[in-house]
Amino acid sequence: MTVSKYLTLLAIVICSTLGDFLLKVGMNQMGDVSLLTDPLILIRALVNPWVAAGTLVLIGFFVAFTVALSWADLSYVMPATALGYVLTTILSAMVLGEHVSGYRWAGVIIISLAVGFVTQGKARTVPEGPQT
Amino acid sequence: MSASWAVWLLLIAFVVFTTAGDVFLAKAMTRIGDLGVLRRQKGLVACVAAVMSSGQFWLAIVNMALSFFSLLTALNWANLSFVGPASSALTFVANIAAARVFLKEDVDRRRWLAAAMVCVGILLIGLDPPK
Repeated sequence: MTVSKYLTLLAIVICSTLGDFLLKVGMNQMGDVSLLTDPLILIRALVNPWVAAGTLVLIGFFVAFTVALSWADLSYVMPATALGYVLTTILSAMVLGEHVSGYRWAGVIIISLAVGFVTQGKARTVPEGPQT
Repeated sequence: MSASWAVWLLLIAFVVFTTAGDVFLAKAMTRIGDLGVLRRQKGLVACVAAVMSSGQFWLAIVNMALSFFSLLTALNWANLSFVGPASSALTFVANIAAARVFLKEDVDRRRWLAAAMVCVGILLIGLDPPK
């Protein structure tokens, strides 16, 4: 694994975490959404600045995810994306000063171990090229 | 629990669309090969052209757009602290199984164990949502 490949995995983690957060803030501002009474509400949501920003960040996630899948298996990249939970918890505790329970720290440690475990293995197990 | 049957239906739709999108994208990128190598050999334009001309890439885009709108609606109907862990854990299991079945990846014990550990970790975090 080269540094640029680790940076690609890092970009996946940061963009997915930040993107989901921005979307949640934006959708909270939209109030209750009912597709039955207002089917165009989701289209209008895209002009909400938070939803728009979240969408842009998630496009960044998609680009990084696409690049990662060009050199690694899906079952290799997926566990790495879970590091977002680790990032969120550490930021909550250290930056926001939130109380983080033993359950959350246990979850963080288990996910970190899983990511470290899977990244020690081979990144690609299927042959590349048009034959696949 | 704030998750009604409608939220569960949306979560299932999210998992199905996300998994289908991931599988199509992984198939497309496996056929194209390492974009870093392609960029060094033929340039960035060739990379973009290779990705954009793949039919499987566009199938992935359609599925991911559908999963995006499913997530958007689910986030509006239920708490992020429920939707996040539930959708992630379910997507994990579905993706690893799909990688084995549809992509023929060598999902060995290391990867299954890692996926199981991630699911447990996500659910533990979900037990104690942020205030």
